[in-house]
Amino acid sequence: MTNSKSLALGALALVMSSTALWAQTELTVYTAVEAEDLERYAATFNEDHPDIKINWVRDSTGVITAKLLAEKNNPQADVIWGLAATSLLVLKTEDMLEPYAPAGLDALDPKFRDSDNPPSWVGMDAWVAAICYNTVEGEKLGLTAPTSWADLTKPEYAGHVVMPNPASSGTGFLDVSSWLQMMGEEGGWAYMDALHNNIAAYTHSGSKPCKMAAAGETVMGVSFAFRGAKEKANGAPVEIIIPEEGIGWDMEATAIVAGTAKEEAAKTLVDWSITPKAMEMYNVGYAVVGIPGMAKPVEHFPANIPEKMIDNDFEWAANNRSAILEEWSKRYDSKSEPKG
Amino acid sequence: MADATVLPEGRNVRLRIDSDGWIKRAFMGVIALYLVVALALPLYAMLSKSFVTYSFDLTRYEFQVSDESGAVWGDPVTAAELNDRLGEFAPDDLRSSSDGRLSVTDLFPDFSFRSPVMYRIRGTTDNAPYLVGLDLQNSTDWRELDSNTFRRVNLRPVADTGLQNYQEYFSNPALFSSIENSLYIASISTVLTVLFAFGFAYAINRSCMPLKGAFRLIAMMPILVPSLLPGIALIYMFGNQGFLKPLLFGQSIYGPLGIVIGSVFFTFPHALIIISTALSISDQRQYEAAESLRASKWRTFWTVTIPGARYGLISAAFVTFTLVITDFGLPKVIGGQYNVLAIDIYKQVIGQQNFEMGAVVSVVLLIPAIVAFVIDRQVQKKQVSLLSARSVPYEPKPNRRFDMAMLAWCTIMGIFIAGIIAVCQFAALINYWPYDLSFSLRNYDFNKMDGGGWGAYWNSLELAALTAVIGTAIIFVGAYMVEKIDGFKTGRAAFQFLAMLPMAIPGMVLGLAYIFFFNNPANPLNAIYGTMAILVVSTVTHFYTVGHLTALTALKQIDAEFEPVATSLRQPFWRLFARVTVPVCLPAILDISIYMFVNAMTTVSAVVFLYSTHTALASVAVLNMDDAGDIAPAAAMGMMIFYTNATARVLHAFASRSILRRTQAWRVR
Repeated sequence: MTNSKSLALGALALVMSSTALWAQTELTVYTAVEAEDLERYAATFNEDHPDIKINWVRDSTGVITAKLLAEKNNPQADVIWGLAATSLLVLKTEDMLEPYAPAGLDALDPKFRDSDNPPSWVGMDAWVAAICYNTVEGEKLGLTAPTSWADLTKPEYAGHVVMPNPASSGTGFLDVSSWLQMMGEEGGWAYMDALHNNIAAYTHSGSKPCKMAAAGETVMGVSFAFRGAKEKANGAPVEIIIPEEGIGWDMEATAIVAGTAKEEAAKTLVDWSITPKAMEMYNVGYAVVGIPGMAKPVEHFPANIPEKMIDNDFEWAANNRSAILEEWSKRYDSKSEPKG
Repeated sequence: MADATVLPEGRNVRLRIDSDGWIKRAFMGVIALYLVVALALPLYAMLSKSFVTYSFDLTRYEFQVSDESGAVWGDPVTAAELNDRLGEFAPDDLRSSSDGRLSVTDLFPDFSFRSPVMYRIRGTTDNAPYLVGLDLQNSTDWRELDSNTFRRVNLRPVADTGLQNYQEYFSNPALFSSIENSLYIASISTVLTVLFAFGFAYAINRSCMPLKGAFRLIAMMPILVPSLLPGIALIYMFGNQGFLKPLLFGQSIYGPLGIVIGSVFFTFPHALIIISTALSISDQRQYEAAESLRASKWRTFWTVTIPGARYGLISAAFVTFTLVITDFGLPKVIGGQYNVLAIDIYKQVIGQQNFEMGAVVSVVLLIPAIVAFVIDRQVQKKQVSLLSARSVPYEPKPNRRFDMAMLAWCTIMGIFIAGIIAVCQFAALINYWPYDLSFSLRNYDFNKMDGGGWGAYWNSLELAALTAVIGTAIIFVGAYMVEKIDGFKTGRAAFQFLAMLPMAIPGMVLGLAYIFFFNNPANPLNAIYGTMAILVVSTVTHFYTVGHLTALTALKQIDAEFEPVATSLRQPFWRLFARVTVPVCLPAILDISIYMFVNAMTTVSAVVFLYSTHTALASVAVLNMDDAGDIAPAAAMGMMIFYTNATARVLHAFASRSILRRTQAWRVR
């Protein structure tokens, strides 16, 4: 064997061993976090854990939940990071989540964790319902901005309100379940009957009503505050209104998928997902995060959000979801023909 | 005696199958197997899913209640016995969906969550799921709960098979009205599209108007974009901030109006191709006869032109009808509240994760598509050749007034089509409609949006290229085996049926069927789930039929004598295939591949359920971006698809021309 040959072989061996040392664990992470945040989340996580590579599967809440359920017998995901707690509750009742108590659990607000021990999921941040109101279009029509949910049923708003369809959007369901919790079953349905008269369209996505308000396609959209703040930052003439009765909310949460082959890496990610550093990262876009007292005010977000958040009974909402949706479609879906 | 006159039965004569014959049969078997795995089995999986029902089986649960002290227990009693005693739940109340819950406290009239009474619950069989709070329990061991916890106990339904889902579907007025809506939309769009396309085709084939080539190109543009793009353009034109809104006189574009306009746009080229082919085949002598009989122009039109084109018109109507009723992009973008079947599938599966009901709607959606398809096949069978060897092709004569009228009509349609595309391009370049009309490339920053970013675009290109190459190979070889095999009638008929089936299967139904079939751990093909492979397989299958028909038409033009000659010269069939068949059929092969490419770029319906992290697609990105309200970026991505397809078309035209020059010299006499 010539010298150069053995040298090359040695170099090859060295390269191979070093790649083995740096071998990355790849985690398949299902998420509904906004697309523009994904890169930042992964990069911040990799600052502390460069050896774990995140492969995102991102879609809207409904699609990701449907995907997870469809894959129930053969899960493809290792971790769910950033999916509505309401959806995680559905997965929990199907026994699809691996209970795990991450390091630093005690620092979390008790609202931001599964009440079981060890918890099946831990919360990251909260997203809250809000009304996006287009001031320019409102002025053109001589309307004044609403301040409460009750205002939305005012006759002069007829045809100017858009809200998400609860049967296809998580935000829509959050609104409906919060109205039912705040106003009681009867009051809630009576309110929605009145609101239905003013609704121009039920959209299939929760952020669309706010984007429609921002683009002037409608005057006000029932959506969530995060989307309104983004639109405002983009230069849209929208106001974010927090109705005075209180607002429904849901949280983005993290969980390990039962049966994952990469348990160690999955636990590392869940541990990290509730560190103060992660909370700071969530705080860039969300005004309420899982560790109390950490959140700094976020630009364009109304300051009174935390005190307006209702005492949301997630278990009630999850256990009554199909009954509520059935009632909702019975009342409002069949009336969907355009008014001639 | 009668018996004596009857000849003894002869020996059954059978042609001996040579080795070539066996190889051909094997090839056909392989491709048939592909169709079975990629089409028949998934559809079967979906069909059986629609019969999976969920209901609460009260006989599976047993309770024990203590007295006030919490120490002395009564006798165990099943939930069914309690219900018989109370009559709390009627059988109808016990029907449910996979996500159903039944609160057990309703079976205990004296229940109070403050009382010190203790409760025990257990399953009497292995499968008796119930929830304590949100924890799933499934055990035959007693579980003791205080009354405050007991009120959080919910029974879960168990799976069974039956017709219950269908009963529920047809008794739900909201879902049922979608059928009506779908039929209404599809009928109106079909009538309009066929009328408009007939006018256009008539102008191109029967007039002497100028600019025919340009109009042909413009009319084909809608085929190059996803079906939801016209929806986006219509919002910019007629939405609440639309610049043409006054033209609607207060009508809303969101709803049936928008769906119909958009449907006419995207089905127009499909109808035009078929009608134009029908009109281009006509015999000058028939018109001369009509003229010499002094029939008026009007009468000639109704007695010669229309009967000659009727099969084309019927075919075009059915293709349009099927396309509209199965389309899902357009109603989603611009349908507003207007529910149609395709949207219901999406709402059931994505919104409520009710896969069983999604499967039921899919089966319902199959019915009109299959009926339309069967009628169309029957009509096609009656079609006889209009052209005989003695026919004289029709030559239009200049007629200034008529030509100008035709030109006007084509100009209107041309402006409609080109206008919609132009509006999309315009929208994609505006910074923030309608408040900031400055020019910007911000909307092309796809990586900041939903739907997979620029990666999705490259994935789409990969999918389109793979579909074009693999799909064309499979389809052409399959068609060759069916056409040029001797004997084996039943096998060929079965294959032909399988090959025609995809035409009648809506893409969404196919996509849903693929989830059920491929994402089953027991399926050995499970590994392709979530990869590019499953997208290619589904796209090839979805568009199989048209490619198959194109290949058959080309193959039928080749004289059947080639095979016997090759056999007698002791040439194996594959040499004939490579040296004669493929070169002769090259134009058709190129046509199939461009058809596959273009459709793979624009398809949404089948792949929307199947793409995954590494395989997000541009067409799905358009849908997702619009869904999230990013309409301008959706338009931008839609235009990227348009330019890609237009480029592919141009390259295809050049390639065809140079290949034709080299290989098709024999066509020139």
